[in-house]
Amino acid sequence: MSDAMSVHPEVVTTHDVHHDEHHVHHHKETFITKYVFSQDHKTIGKQFLITGIIWAIIGGLFSVLFRLQLGYPDQHFQILETVFGKWAEGGQIKPEFYYALVTMHGTVLVFFVLTAGLSGTFANILIPLQLGARDMASPFLNMLSYWFFFLASVIMLSSLFISTGPAASGWTVYPPLSALGQASEGSKLGMDMWLVSMAMFIVSSLLGGLNYISTILNMRTKGMSMTRMPLTIWAMFFTAVLGVLSFPVLLSGAILLLFDRNLGTSFYLSDIVVNGQILPNEGGSAILFQHLFWFLGHPEVYIILLPAMGMVSEILSVNSRKPIFGYMAMLGSLFAICILAFLVWAHHMFVTGLNPLLGSIFVLLTLLIAVPSAIKVFNWLTTLWRGNIRFTPATLFAIGFVSLFISGGLTGIFLGNSTIDIHLHDTMFVVAHFHIVMGVASFFGMLAGVYHWFPKMFGRYLNSTLGYIHFWVTIIGAYLIFWPMHYQGLAGMPRRYLDKSSWVSFTQFGELDKMITVVSIIVFAVQLMFVFNFFYSIFKGRKVTTQNPWGANTLEWTTPIRPGHGNWEGEIPEVHRWPYDYGKDGREFIPQTEPIGENESKH
Amino acid sequence: MSTQATVHQTKWWSGGKSPFNLEYGKLMMWYFLMSDAFTFGAFLISYGSIRFSQNYWPNPNVVFDSAPGIHGGAPLFFVSIMTFILIVSSVTMVLAVHEGHKGNRQGVIKWLAWTIVGGLAFLSCQAWEWHHLITGEHAVLVNGQVELWGQNMSHNPWGPVVEGVTYHGHHVTTPGPVAFGGYFFGITGFHGFHVFSGVIINIIMLVMAQKGVFDRRGHYLMIEKAGLYWHFVDLVWVFVFLCFYLI
Repeated sequence: MSDAMSVHPEVVTTHDVHHDEHHVHHHKETFITKYVFSQDHKTIGKQFLITGIIWAIIGGLFSVLFRLQLGYPDQHFQILETVFGKWAEGGQIKPEFYYALVTMHGTVLVFFVLTAGLSGTFANILIPLQLGARDMASPFLNMLSYWFFFLASVIMLSSLFISTGPAASGWTVYPPLSALGQASEGSKLGMDMWLVSMAMFIVSSLLGGLNYISTILNMRTKGMSMTRMPLTIWAMFFTAVLGVLSFPVLLSGAILLLFDRNLGTSFYLSDIVVNGQILPNEGGSAILFQHLFWFLGHPEVYIILLPAMGMVSEILSVNSRKPIFGYMAMLGSLFAICILAFLVWAHHMFVTGLNPLLGSIFVLLTLLIAVPSAIKVFNWLTTLWRGNIRFTPATLFAIGFVSLFISGGLTGIFLGNSTIDIHLHDTMFVVAHFHIVMGVASFFGMLAGVYHWFPKMFGRYLNSTLGYIHFWVTIIGAYLIFWPMHYQGLAGMPRRYLDKSSWVSFTQFGELDKMITVVSIIVFAVQLMFVFNFFYSIFKGRKVTTQNPWGANTLEWTTPIRPGHGNWEGEIPEVHRWPYDYGKDGREFIPQTEPIGENESKH
Repeated sequence: MSTQATVHQTKWWSGGKSPFNLEYGKLMMWYFLMSDAFTFGAFLISYGSIRFSQNYWPNPNVVFDSAPGIHGGAPLFFVSIMTFILIVSSVTMVLAVHEGHKGNRQGVIKWLAWTIVGGLAFLSCQAWEWHHLITGEHAVLVNGQVELWGQNMSHNPWGPVVEGVTYHGHHVTTPGPVAFGGYFFGITGFHGFHVFSGVIINIIMLVMAQKGVFDRRGHYLMIEKAGLYWHFVDLVWVFVFLCFYLI
């Protein structure tokens, strides 16, 4: 009896004792163990961030280069031939290669930048620091998580350089196109590499996710009850749960696709004629792949969005010097979004011949997501309302996130209706919608996080002037690029087409497309400026001189300015209150470590 | 009594301890198994959706009616043995974990070794079954000609029987649904891969136990985690068995 009910001594103490020992007599750290095969969650987070930045430059550059051709379909650009060689002979992108570029742009940005680069970075850096833990539950698996991501990156990057080119069937890799090598160049070796790379990526995401979940549940410091956790941590928690439960389904889908490609099975293939050749495959279903893909694909957009939401909540509260409005409502909304994320995948498939009754159920569930989303938006706005706002670059990006989330979210209501979706499906409207709500909004959340936690990561500040320029050009540019695409989509302009000039009805958009192209070049240049700011500031930025530069309540600001492996020197602080006591009882902020005073009012 | 009273007052969720009184590795294992369950779930649901979209599906009592030395006429006999072996290996795993609780190294080593034997026996059975299916020769009527087919990824000899036609005294069938082979080999193969990795894990555990690693740590938690994985693999087999052999 006592054995079963008493607190497991191993469970409670190992962590503390183990790491305190570490701290007393430091391990000899070499360059390799400190910067390359590091098991320190902070270093791993930075590795994810820098790898993510490199991928973002590659993925962003692709979009700028194909935008060049989209804006000026009849022009020849020497730079295109310089960069792409035979794929853009004479300075014009070949149609098949355009599809490869779009595929890589999507894959890289969705998975490598906004999944690994975003939640990989901030879950790693923030979870132990904000929970009061020395490190992740398993630092070793955490390190493996990065190196599997690195392996996935190497494979995906290599696929860009093979003679048949990278995968070219859209980031959703729908079969039969993706399953049949004879159907297109991009469905040859590039597609196999895409699948293998994604399998490695899924392993990485699983190792990371399991670590995040068990760290959050098991490693909270004394007094850090679940409802005293900052919303960032709650967001990371739900993100990890989504990833752990949805990525395995993509893995199943990818394995079956690999079999169809290489072993002659017929999971997704039936009754196909390619280049006049009748294929023996029968009995498979291409729609089956779409179900498997979107069972991941839809939670994936929340895997991208939730960490941004969490960080924005934290940054807005800190910088408006006010408690977050509706903590429990925020938490409930995160939970509701997490559940609904699993129940709406077929809204990507309204035009596949889905049973209309089933479609209407998915419409209902999809529109339900508007409720928690709206709750979150109103809570952010009311957090800002009458706040004593400090407009740091991080705050601006956080506010930008809210703006973009509203704009992009509203168009989601259009697309979530199966009837309207029949008209809008596969048009530029969809491109506009998901770029604003998922792509750019999450990017804003990520950038807000980088600006806000850069002092913690590197002990220096990012340059604010460059930060302000970065923000204003990016937000204006983002709206100029994506807002007009809604009109193109409403007019019926299809996505994924290189040259639309043969349609007379779309010639009216010719000048608009040029404008979008010019703006996207400017916005990309400004991102490069941010990258410069980032690397310059790591070495030369203004030094952080106080432990808590933003006057924040959370635990990461109780660590030394440049924390070592183990985060706190001496004891881990104990937590006595929730993280949002700003502007309370006449005090600007009260850190979580401060015990509740005798006459303190309730929050 | 007093200890019980304090235990009830313990605030499990207030931080500083594991709310489930679980070491992190076990928590991770549970979440991993949930994740893996989704992988298998996706496979089995895909299988179900394709199978029930077909007009005809082979009868498992006909497909799986042989065993080493028995050519036909023993429906599901061999797979029952396989299932029995795997379930017994789960029992021996339970005993290994139990000995681990008592800190009895010799007991752990004994029962882990039996579990490994069980896992290897299951894999051998599966290898025989696959080999038998792939190399089998069944008369199939294709374009008016009789061809001898085995069961593989792209050929299925278990279609409806052609009435009134025999070939060397055997039934002649029409080609069956191609999807059968893909799903059968795909899913049982993926499960077999899990059994294989479970055996590897158990061997590592055996070596570690032999070297006294767990005695030095003072607990056999690793055996428990390996046990969780092993039971999960067994549980998955129950569903695979149900979906491919019974229904």
